[in-house]
Amino acid sequence: MQPDYQHLKFPYQRPADFGHKPPMRVPVVVVGAGPVGLAAAIDLARRGIRVVVLDDDDSLSVGSRALCYAKRTLEIFDRLGCGDAVVNKGVSWNVGKVFYRDEPVYSFNLLPEPGHRRPAFVNLQQYYLEGYLYEAAQRLELLEIRWKNRVINVSQNADHAEITIETPDGEYALTADYVIAADGARSPVRSYFGLESKGRVFRDRFLIADVKMKAPFPAERWFWFDPPFHPNQSVLLHREADDVWRIDFQLGWDADPEQEKKSENVIPRVRALLGENVDFDLEWVSVYTFACMRMEKFRHGRVLFAGDAAHGVSPFGARGANSGVQDADNLCWKLALVLQGAASDKLLDTYGEERELAADENILNSTRSTDFITPKNHASHIFRDAVLSLAKEHPFARRLVNSGRLSLPSTYHASSLNTADSEIFDSAMCPGAPASDAPILHALGQHDWFVQLLGDEFSVVVFTDHYQTTDVFDMSDISDVTVWQVLPPEAGNQATFDKHQRVIIDREGLLAKRYDAQSGTTYLFRPDQHVAARWREFNKKTIQTALLKASLQEVTT
Amino acid sequence: MSALITDINLSDPDGFYEALINTHSDLSSTQSEALNARLVLLMANHIGDLSVLREAMTLARSSILTDRMAERA
Repeated sequence: MQPDYQHLKFPYQRPADFGHKPPMRVPVVVVGAGPVGLAAAIDLARRGIRVVVLDDDDSLSVGSRALCYAKRTLEIFDRLGCGDAVVNKGVSWNVGKVFYRDEPVYSFNLLPEPGHRRPAFVNLQQYYLEGYLYEAAQRLELLEIRWKNRVINVSQNADHAEITIETPDGEYALTADYVIAADGARSPVRSYFGLESKGRVFRDRFLIADVKMKAPFPAERWFWFDPPFHPNQSVLLHREADDVWRIDFQLGWDADPEQEKKSENVIPRVRALLGENVDFDLEWVSVYTFACMRMEKFRHGRVLFAGDAAHGVSPFGARGANSGVQDADNLCWKLALVLQGAASDKLLDTYGEERELAADENILNSTRSTDFITPKNHASHIFRDAVLSLAKEHPFARRLVNSGRLSLPSTYHASSLNTADSEIFDSAMCPGAPASDAPILHALGQHDWFVQLLGDEFSVVVFTDHYQTTDVFDMSDISDVTVWQVLPPEAGNQATFDKHQRVIIDREGLLAKRYDAQSGTTYLFRPDQHVAARWREFNKKTIQTALLKASLQEVTT
Repeated sequence: MSALITDINLSDPDGFYEALINTHSDLSSTQSEALNARLVLLMANHIGDLSVLREAMTLARSSILTDRMAERA
């Protein structure tokens, strides 16, 4: 029996170091135990970094809130140890359908090719996700969560950051090498430094009604423009776990949030969509507005802003929680290397460099979607309707319909950690790209997935057409990087290689295809599973140079 | 990179103009507006090249703004 995550209470416990002078020092303090803060804390603790998470509340999320977790985010959850829990409980979906008035306009498949471990999206109420992350966190000795610990100030100097915390016992302080501020859109930590998140506020209101029902709809994302049951506005329907459905109604700017939240006003809206004969219970209701904005810099000395604290997007495209978890994914390996003395503090600047551009990409996409969904003037309304009318018959117009461009991970094209291609590749797996998945076989015959295999350290992957004794690819004299040898599908039958060696088989040949690999093709992956470099042949010297570059270390030889 | 053609490029200029006007016959202003939007989208897709389209949009907009200044004068 699963706990009722939405109503779990975590009792406040007086910290063992309460009132210590000088305050206890920890490598990392994370502010906020939401999905981003918990993901970051788990990632760090798994990397051997002690971390204290501070949260002002004593419970997980109430209401479904962030709902759609994208494939790349699921792969990150796999790495953090809760991917299966999320996928098994959630509702997997790949297909979206768009309706205009009372007619279907078109449908799209977000994962049109097989051979990936995870679907395009899983829908799951935020409290389940936080519950699973919390359970993963509980298994880590280096991770401590302190509930009812409200951060009331953060300051920093050349040596450390100091965090002042208010508890039921009064105030105390912690010092930390680094602080991750994952304290949400209104980030108090941001305000302690007088920093702002700036951008565009949209003058529109939306109503979320989560309803529990047995409904005949498939596990797809359905989006209506101007439907007969909610004229002149848009409606979005999503399936969640436990037979709960999210219905998101556009209300317009003039709607009164307090009135709209009342169940006597929500129920007729839901009934208009479902018809008179469907029984349902209202689970949760919320009226929201949104803004697309970001902080100018995500790094502020020893304080690193992540998730909604650093950037905000419109909800169309599921780019909020997904990009926040991807922030954590980008940040934590760098922070661990810096704290372990394996890389300079400058490596943390690349967190800002890479994730600020990712935020721009998310903001651009979600702003464009919002402008299509809620036209702001007469001309944009006319064009929107023209696109929707043409879309029924003409493929080009379907491509213009924008009901949300759903979250895809960013490729860090311009990253200073990349080693540029010096040879020609016909594949999207360029330096900076997140690794594409494919099915593989281990030497002992068990099935696995490529992204899972990459794990959370630097790794080198060499494609070969026949097995070579692994001393050929041995790099242990210069680096502790893991080197994997990938054999073509037919090699699976030969099985002459040593089962203890790092050899995998490209089960369906998809890996070589997705990475445009020939015999000798070599990829270097970062600990966050993004490509750092690729070559047509294995060369220890060039790999080592790229490896040093990918963690901003000087080449010493 | 191709550029927007502003020299005469229509094979039958008078025939085109007649057809354009006839397409709008018997339509209300609202319908005409909707038709123009569809026409713009169809032609934009045919042209394809965003740099050419941007050039056309810039030219059209600056022409409107010039007209407005003329109106004020």
